[in-house]
This record gives sequence, structure tokens and C-alpha cells, in this order.
Amino acid sequence: MQAPAPTDTTSPLPAIEARRVTKIFGEGDDAFQALDAVSLSIRENEFFTLLGPSGCGKTTLLRLIAGFEQPSAGHILLEGKNISNLPPYKRPVNTVFQSYALFPHLTVAQNIAFGLQRLGKPKAEVADTVERMLRLVKMEHLKDRRTSNISGGQQQRVALARALAPRPRVLLLDEPLSALDLKLRKEMQIELKRLQGETGITFIFVTHDQEEALTMSDRIAVMSEGKVLQVGGPREIYDRPADRFVASFIGDTNFLPAQVISTAGPRARLAVCGVEISAALPEGVEGPALTMALRPEQLRLEAAGAAGALQGVLKDTVYFGTDTHFHITLTDGTPLIARVQNARTAEHAFRVGEPIGARPQADALQALHD
Amino acid sequence: MADRTFEVRRLPGMAAIAITCFVILYAPIVTLVVYSFNAGSSVALWEGLSLRWYAVAWDNVAVQEAAIRSLVVAASAAAIATVLATLAALGTTRTGPFPGRMTIYTLINQPLMVPEIVTAVALLIFFAMIKVATGYTGLAYLIAAHAAFCVPFAYLPIRARLEGMDLSLERAAADLYATPFATFRHITLPLMAPGIVAGAMLAFVISLDDVVITEFVKSAGQDTLPTYMLGQLRRAISPEVNAISTALLALTVLLLTAFFFLNRKRN
Repeated sequence: MQAPAPTDTTSPLPAIEARRVTKIFGEGDDAFQALDAVSLSIRENEFFTLLGPSGCGKTTLLRLIAGFEQPSAGHILLEGKNISNLPPYKRPVNTVFQSYALFPHLTVAQNIAFGLQRLGKPKAEVADTVERMLRLVKMEHLKDRRTSNISGGQQQRVALARALAPRPRVLLLDEPLSALDLKLRKEMQIELKRLQGETGITFIFVTHDQEEALTMSDRIAVMSEGKVLQVGGPREIYDRPADRFVASFIGDTNFLPAQVISTAGPRARLAVCGVEISAALPEGVEGPALTMALRPEQLRLEAAGAAGALQGVLKDTVYFGTDTHFHITLTDGTPLIARVQNARTAEHAFRVGEPIGARPQADALQALHD
Repeated sequence: MADRTFEVRRLPGMAAIAITCFVILYAPIVTLVVYSFNAGSSVALWEGLSLRWYAVAWDNVAVQEAAIRSLVVAASAAAIATVLATLAALGTTRTGPFPGRMTIYTLINQPLMVPEIVTAVALLIFFAMIKVATGYTGLAYLIAAHAAFCVPFAYLPIRARLEGMDLSLERAAADLYATPFATFRHITLPLMAPGIVAGAMLAFVISLDDVVITEFVKSAGQDTLPTYMLGQLRRAISPEVNAISTALLALTVLLLTAFFFLNRKRN
């Protein structure tokens, strides 16, 4: 059996590359295409997140990288080497399972040692590494416990330590936080980031939780129906969503219809609900009719009639503690939500049922691919 | 606090019915055990406490031979049935659903469904043909017959154990560099062990107890304990039969208790 060499952080090759990977389950009329020619390049040492709703293919892609499934077409490359047909036990890739899948007949320490022993590491090295891993996940005091006798959060840590112990080139995490309560989840998010930093291992993290993806990731791939819709850093994904799905899946978004009045290079003048606004047009997006995305927090409320502001009627306000949502219906009937941070002065001047103006910040409007 | 959920325990007369059932169930056994210590030679007339009949049974060469034969047959049959049942359970639970799986379940569990007397007659005729052809008349026929009807008894607890086992454990082992054999050796086998032990014990007890098939299959002079006792009853009933029965009962209870504690310690 081949042993995974220590992670080489200077490697110019991507840690994992998917080349037009297609996965079809079943055949004939029952066939289901889980992945549709997905191509992705995940860098060495990156915290990379596959984000999407359930059934989007993110877990299938993870299982293909782990080796539990074989692609119907296309290839998976690990540091440039095609591993598509290697069985899981020959891939220097480890998984943290959603259910943790800890071995119930072994102790915490024995669970962590399992991978090292299968790799045929000498006893002393196994013991050393297990000690180090126990320290890393702060579980030294429970090392002789059966895994069925520890809490969910502790099981999570053991699952992490067990997968990290053999020092895989890539660690796969399949919604590992979904079984934890909110507080523990927040703690583990920070913990995971710390572990990734300390170990320098490439993490591929699968989640359907957009907030989790935004807080933890270096880069995110947003997936839907077996396709990768957009790959980018959290800011890029949030501020510059490529299409309607990405915009609506990540954060709250207003969708506004717009007409192109004139274009000048990459920019265009648009008519949005009777107001002329300048916006950048991404490549491939063409008029005359467009859909624009606008984040609720990128609006400033003004008195009705203010020049350059979208005009409408305030329908409702919803108080959220840190901020308030203003539900507005624009003059052309489009609904619009504006989120305004609550100032220390508790009251605002806007009354429900009265006209109101909402001014988008410069370049806040984002043209979408449809 | 008014408890409005339906509880069988609260039904009027429930306690009386339960007690009656237990009495009917255990009174004969208790009587059998008590009379095995009878000093007199009647199975119905108490004449004082004694271990006389245990000594008689112990010194009876026919009983000794039958007991040893019973243990040999039961141990061999249980061992063979357990290995086969383990393979069958792995084959029917560790793969995806495949066409004909229900048919295979039915085939494996055939001895539970076909009347024992039918199997007995079938085996008698079938083995007679083999005996004529080969001239061999040893204990192997009995062991083979017992192993065959013990398979489903061993299979059911093993399959139940495997079905309750998370498939992701084996996936996790494979992910942690365990070859298929290492996964079986270090994960699947230890986790299914309680099921295997339960299956083996059940098979052993079922074989030890069998009369119908044994009576038809055995060659001359191949009495097991149950068939020997049946033969004895045709002649004279003495508390010796009670003593043998009680010893068998004690052995069974001991085995099951040991298994229960073993299993509880594991969990």
C-alpha cells in the first residue's frame, strides 16, 4: 500500500482537479444525472467549499474524490495524477463523514490510530501521532473512552482527528457540522479554520449553509442541479453573483427588471423603475431587458421624490434587533427590501403606507446571466 | 396526573391472565425438575430428595454415548451452519439490492417454513440412496442434516446484527487505507461477532433438541439424547428421563445466560 507523502505546499499543481466529471446513477428511465460535466480546480492548502441545496451534486462530487463512486465520464486528478479508478484505500484523501462513522468497538485513541496502522506505520510513530492529534483536537482526557460514550461535539473532534492523523493531501468534510446545535457549530467553524491553518492540508468542505460557506472558505463553488454555477472568493460570490440562482441562494437579494439605454464599453446606462442608473455589464450579459440583483443592505432610504432614488411606498417594517427590514413596493409594482442598521436612536422617520425613496449605492446593482 | 395513553398493563384482569399463562408455561417444567430429584422410581409420586437418578443417568453407558453423540452433532452442525449463515448474511446485506433477493431470503429460510416431517422423510430417502451408492453409514449424515436445518436459526441473528450496522463504517475504514480484507477483519467481523455468537448458540441449542429429523436420518445405534429418551419412554418411565432433561435444561440456560452477559458487557 502506498503511503501519502507529507503535504508539499510549493506544488504548482492543483490539489484536486475535476475534468468534465459526469456522474449518472441508474440506467434507462430511472437514470439520474447527479453531475453534469463539472470542471473544478482546487488549490493546494485551500479551504474550498462546495455549496448548494440538497441534491445539487456536491456530496456526489465529494464521494467521487474520496473514491466511493467512479465517474461515468471525465477524470479526477490529484496533484496532476489521474486517480479516477483508484479504490478509496489507495487515495491519500480522508473524509470526515456527516454521521462521523466512528468505529463503535474501538476507543477514541484506537479510532485515531486506525488509518496510521493500516498504512503500516511503526508503533512508536502511531502512538506519537495519536498523542499529537488528541492534543490538536483537545481530547487527551477522553482517549480511552468508547466513542459511543462521548458527546456529539466530541465525536466530531475524534472524526476530525482520525481523518487528519494520516496527514492526507486533501481532507474531505461532508456537512460535518449539520448535526451540532448552533452554538457548538459556531465554535467548530472557528476550530476547523484553526485546524486547517495549523495542518496546512487542503480542505474540501460540503455544506448547504451559505453563512457557513461565507465565514470559513477561501473559495466557494456554488452548485445547482449537477452544475457548478460560480467559483470565487466569498466576497466575489456575494457581491458579484453570476446568475439569479447564486444571487438568491446566497444572502437576501432584490431582483429588479432593467432596460439598457446605452452601452459604453463594459458599462451601460440602465433604466430601473424609471430611474437612470450606471452599472457594469459582465461579459455575455446583453440587453435590452436585464435582471439586476441588489443586496438589501446596499440601499439608503431617503425622502420620497429625491432625484436618482427608486420611488415606492413603504408597506411594512420588520425589526431584527441589529437592523430593520423595510418592505417597499416600487412604482412599477416590483417588491424591494432595504436593510438598515438600527442606529442608537430607536425611531426612524418613515411611516408605513407613505411614499419613500431608496437609493442604491454606487455599483451596487449587479447584472445577472439569466 | 391522569395518564390517558392506552396501556395494556392497566386492563382489568390483565395480571390474572399473565399469571395464568406463566403458570401453564412453567409449572410442567418445574414439576419435571422437582421430580428429577425424587428418591423413588415414580415420576408422579414424591418419595424424598435424592440425586439417585442423576447418578443412574451418569453411569448409564447408553446415556453417555447418546450425550456425547448429541454434543458432537450439535457442535459440528452449529459450526458449519454458522459459517454458512455468516456468508449468507454478508451476501444478502453488504451489497446493494439485487433482483431475486427476496427469493434468496426464502430459500435460506426454507427449513423454517417446510414442515419438519417432510424434510425428514425427504432426507431419509435421499440419504438412503447415498448410503446404497457409497456404503458409508457414519455420523456425517446426521451432522449434514442438522447443519442444514440450523442455517436459518444462525442466519437470522447475524443478519439482524448486520442490518443494524452503519454501512458508512466500512466506507470509513476503506477511506482510512484499509483494504477490503482489512476492513472485514478489523471492522465488520468484530462488529458482527455478537450476532455470530448468538447465531451459533441458537443453532447449537436447536440441534441439541431435535427429534423428528434425527429419528428419520440416524442409522442403527446412532441415538442422540432426545431420541434415546424417546426410546426410553416407550418402555418404562423413570425419573432418569427427568434427570437428563433437567441437565439439558441447565446446559441451555447456562449457555443463554453466558451469552446475555457477554452481550451486555460489549454494549
